[in-house]
Amino acid sequence: MSMTASTHDMMLEQARWRWSESLFWILSVLVLFVFPSKALLFSQIAIMGLFALSLDLILGYGGIVSLGHAAFFGVGAYAAGLMAKHGLGDPLLGLAVAACVAACIGWLTSFLLLRGSDLTRLMVTLGIALMLFELANRMASITGGADGLQGMMVGPVLGLFSFDLFGKTAYLYSLAVLFVLFLLSRKIVHSTFGLSLRAVKGNILRAGAIGISASSRLVAIYTLSAAIAGIAGALSAQTTQLVSLDVLDFHRSADVMLVLVIGGVGWLYGGIIGAIMFTLMQDWLAGITPQYWEFWIGLVLVCLVLVGHDRIKTGFQSITARVSGKGGAA
Amino acid sequence: MLTILFDGIAYGMLLFVLACGLSVTMGLMNFINLSHGVFSMAGGYITAFLINRWGLPFLLCLPLAFIFSAALGMLLERTLYRRLYARSHLDQVLFTIGIVFMAVAAVDYVIGSQQQTVKLPDMLKGRIDIFGGSIGLYRVFIIVLCGCLAATIQMLLVKTRFGSQLRAAVDDPRVARGMGINVNTVFAITFAVGSGLAGLGGALGTDILGMDPTFPIKFMIYFLIVVTVGGTSGIMGAFFASLILGIADVGGKYYVPQIGAFIIYALMVVVLIIRPQGLFSRSRGK
Repeated sequence: MSMTASTHDMMLEQARWRWSESLFWILSVLVLFVFPSKALLFSQIAIMGLFALSLDLILGYGGIVSLGHAAFFGVGAYAAGLMAKHGLGDPLLGLAVAACVAACIGWLTSFLLLRGSDLTRLMVTLGIALMLFELANRMASITGGADGLQGMMVGPVLGLFSFDLFGKTAYLYSLAVLFVLFLLSRKIVHSTFGLSLRAVKGNILRAGAIGISASSRLVAIYTLSAAIAGIAGALSAQTTQLVSLDVLDFHRSADVMLVLVIGGVGWLYGGIIGAIMFTLMQDWLAGITPQYWEFWIGLVLVCLVLVGHDRIKTGFQSITARVSGKGGAA
Repeated sequence: MLTILFDGIAYGMLLFVLACGLSVTMGLMNFINLSHGVFSMAGGYITAFLINRWGLPFLLCLPLAFIFSAALGMLLERTLYRRLYARSHLDQVLFTIGIVFMAVAAVDYVIGSQQQTVKLPDMLKGRIDIFGGSIGLYRVFIIVLCGCLAATIQMLLVKTRFGSQLRAAVDDPRVARGMGINVNTVFAITFAVGSGLAGLGGALGTDILGMDPTFPIKFMIYFLIVVTVGGTSGIMGAFFASLILGIADVGGKYYVPQIGAFIIYALMVVVLIIRPQGLFSRSRGK
C-alpha cells in the first residue's frame, strides 16, 4: 500500500509544473523583443521543435524508430498550402485540416507498424515517406512538383494579426501553437495512457500480460504524433508561404531525428532544446561553409552516439533539479 | 521485351553484389547499417580515379576497387562500427546516417559534385543479338561476373569452415566464443568482404547507375529493400530479392514511367506487410 502511494507521489512529482518551465516559456517570448531581427529564425526553431516533439511521442514514449516522419510533416504542409492556394487562407482552419489529413494517414499506416522488428518498422516508415515523395513529385499539376507550390495567400491569424515581412507574427503564432500542443502532449504522457505506453515501450510482452493492449496504444500515439507533425508542416507552409518537395525529403526525417537526439529522447523539452541547438548550429555552419554544413551535422551525430546522447538530457535535468531544489529551500 | 528483362536481370545482379555484404551484416548480424553505400561510392570513385588519372585498364581496376573498399571497411569496422554491435537500433541508425552525411559532404568537397565516368574497354562495348533481343555486352559481362560471384559466396558460406564459423558466430556469439571461434575476427573479415563487394559493385555500376556524391543516399533504399525483402535466411534470399527488384524497377520505369519509383516502394511495403520477416525467410522468425 505504502509502495503504491510512493509511486503515486513520484508520478505526481514528475507531472508537477516547475517554475523553471515557466521561465523557459517566458524567455521564449522575450527573445523576440531582444533580437527582433531574428524572428524568422526563431519561428523555424519553434516549428522544428514542434516536429521533434511529435517524433518524441512515438520514439521516446512509444519506442517506434521511424525514418519517415517527414511524411506527415509534408502532408500537413501540402494540405495547408493547397487550402491557402485555393482561397481558404484562414491559418487556424489550415492547421485543423492539416492535422486531420495527417492523422488519417498516420492512422492508416500505423497498422503496418504493429508487426515486425525495428528494421521492418524502419523500412515501412521510410517506404511510406518515399512513396509520398514520389507521389508529390509526379502529381505536379496539383503540387507544383519540383518547382514547389506557389501562389499561397495566407490570411491573418484569427482575422487580426496578418503575417509581416520580419516574421514577428509568424514567430508568436508558431510559438503559441507549440505551447498549446506541448501542454497537450505533457498532459497525455503523464496520464495513465502515457504510463501504459511507457510500459509497452519497456516490455511489450509483459505489458500485454498485465492487460495493456499494446496495439491500440501504439495506433493512438502514432495517429496523434502524425497529427502534430502535420500541424508543424502546416505552420511551416503558412509562415514561409512556400511548400516544396523538400518537406517530404529523406533529409527532413533524418534531421528531425538528430534534433530529438541532441535534446534527448523521451523528454518533451528534448525536442525543443534540440531544435534550438540544431537550428542555431545549422545557421552558424551554413554561414561559414554554405555547401558542406552537412559534414559537421554528420560529425555531430557520430560523436553524439559515441559519447552517449543521454548526456545533454541528464545535464539539463540535473541543472534544473539543482536550481529548483535551491529555489524550494529559499 | 527480352531486352528489358535482360537489363532488369543485369541491374538485379548488380544490386545483389552491392547489397549482399549488407544482407550478412544487417540481415544476419542484426546491425542496422545505413552507410553501406559509402563503400560502394569508395569503389566507384577509386575506379574512376585509376582509369582517368593513371590510365589503368578497367578489368584491373575491379579487384583494386574490391581491395580498397575492403580495407576501408576493415579500418572503420575495427575503429568504429564494432563499438555499435551491442548498442540500440536507434544508436546504430543515427551513427550510420552520420557517417553517410559526412561521406557525402566530404566527397563533394574534395572531388566535386559532378558525375564520374569510366571508360569501358572496347571489348565490353557494343551489343549482341540473342533470341531476337539486342543486349549490351557490358550487361552480359555483369550478369556472368555477378552470377559467378553469387555462386562463390554461397559456396563460401555453406561449404567452408569460415562459413560455418560465421553462421555459428551470428547465431550465438557467446557459445561460438566458447567453442574457440574468434568472433571478432570473423565479424571483421565478414564486414571487410561485404564492403569490398560493395566497392566492386560500385565500380561495376558506375557506368549503369551513375556515380556522384549522393550515391549512398540514393541507393540506400535499394540496399535496404534487398535486405528486408530478402529476409534473414542467408544470401539466396537477397539474391532473389535483388533480381525481383531489378526487373520490377527496370520494367516499371520502361512501361509506366509516369509513376516512377513508386512501384518498388509500394512492392516493398506490401511484401513487408504480408511477410514482416522477409520473403524468403524461414517461417519461424528469430
